[in-house]
Amino acid sequence: MSELRRTPLRDFHAAHGGRLVDFAGWEMPVQYRSILEEHKAVRRAAGLFDVSHMGEVDVRGPEAGKFLNHLVTNDVAKLFPGRALYSPMCYPSGGVVDDLLVYMRGPEDYFLCINAGNIDKDLAWMREQAAGFNVVITDRSSDYALLAVQGPKAAAIVQSLADAKLDAVKYYHFTEGTVAGVKCLISRTGYTGEDGFELYHAAADAPKLAEALLAAGAPHGLELAGLGARDSLRLEAGYPLYGHEITEDISPLAAGLGWTVKLDKGVDFVGRAALAAQKKEGLKQKIVFFKTGDRRIVRAETPVLDSAGATVGRVVSGTLSPLLNEAIGSAVVTAAAVDQPLKVDIRGAHVNLQLVKPPFVELKKTS
Amino acid sequence: MSNVPGNLRYAKSHEWVKIEADGTATVGISDYAQNSLGDITYVQLPKVGAALKAGETFGVVESVKAASDLYAPVGGTVVATNAALDAAPETVNGAPYEGGWIMKLKVSNPADANALLDAAGYSKLTG
Repeated sequence: MSELRRTPLRDFHAAHGGRLVDFAGWEMPVQYRSILEEHKAVRRAAGLFDVSHMGEVDVRGPEAGKFLNHLVTNDVAKLFPGRALYSPMCYPSGGVVDDLLVYMRGPEDYFLCINAGNIDKDLAWMREQAAGFNVVITDRSSDYALLAVQGPKAAAIVQSLADAKLDAVKYYHFTEGTVAGVKCLISRTGYTGEDGFELYHAAADAPKLAEALLAAGAPHGLELAGLGARDSLRLEAGYPLYGHEITEDISPLAAGLGWTVKLDKGVDFVGRAALAAQKKEGLKQKIVFFKTGDRRIVRAETPVLDSAGATVGRVVSGTLSPLLNEAIGSAVVTAAAVDQPLKVDIRGAHVNLQLVKPPFVELKKTS
Repeated sequence: MSNVPGNLRYAKSHEWVKIEADGTATVGISDYAQNSLGDITYVQLPKVGAALKAGETFGVVESVKAASDLYAPVGGTVVATNAALDAAPETVNGAPYEGGWIMKLKVSNPADANALLDAAGYSKLTG
């Protein structure tokens, strides 16, 4: 077995009772106290997440913007310095290589955040696609640590330690400044459906920043939150997770991310032809979100059945919503099945899926 | 580290049993088990009246992470189940040996308990 990689906060997690597990080859805290309690703390007040396993990439050069607009499905040309964009990055088939955030720092200077499990694959793919573009791609993943502060109290907590005026930083915008004296790219983004910030900073500064955020946040009800709560929060918000709702075989259109696929952005991009054809001809499969009214979790890979009992898809994510107190999840099903009654078998009992347009809970995301 | 009360017997599959003088037994899962599972979200209880053999599955305990079968540490007939767990399964996390009990049995063969671990043996298993 190969050795697990560690973020600069591994000892911080252990000291604060984090339960460390293997996540995509990284030794990460799945929880500290309780996944359900950490989840509720983020919805009620705030949570502090170490997501330093995520990858960071610099894309620089005279054709950096042009290259990125060729690489991803969303419209990078809409960006301006200080603006961030969420986008899938597709194969020519329309399947997804990864989903990522694109930050524009300057006309020739972009910064990407990519999924931990996809770093090597993404870099190889980007370098292959960069042929012919005047651009330099640099893996910065081990230089950066990333802390996320999420929840209705996140802005007050981060502002108490920041030199910049964070009121001016709207949702999906960012600024560069210091937090607790640590130089950060301060991004008003997140993966929980709450207001909050993601703070990119030098790996060596992570323990100092984490301790400062924890101390400043405690009076506001901030708790340390692990990857377990991160997953239930993103699912409750209806956000996709690579490898689940979006994969090499599930396109952004099938995943309900049509708003991130700009077929008419005026330039060709990888996957455009296939995605345009999917849109024209209709989708063969779709991601649906469901709840059950039952506490039994419907786990990933559970077959989805139609009323006759035929398999029409499979569950791709499933958990218990700590706010709704019932099972929630997502499934990939044939397009024809979307309008029919769907059910799953849990240990011999049939449970009906009630399809829901996410988010599952009212979110107070602002700006 | 985990709490292992001395007055109980334990199965290697992490259920505890408390056998009373009148031949009834109360069954739950150990502190070690609840801690390993994490947040418990659902407990599938057996039917009252069900006849169980020692080692037979009688229910399921689900956490955010996984669903695990429960095994009867001793044989007997189910005489009561803890219906409060339907609404508050997290009680198994907070009080695994008290409010988090799962079922009561009328024990059919008290000698089944001889095959179980005592607190020292279970502490060694989970230490």
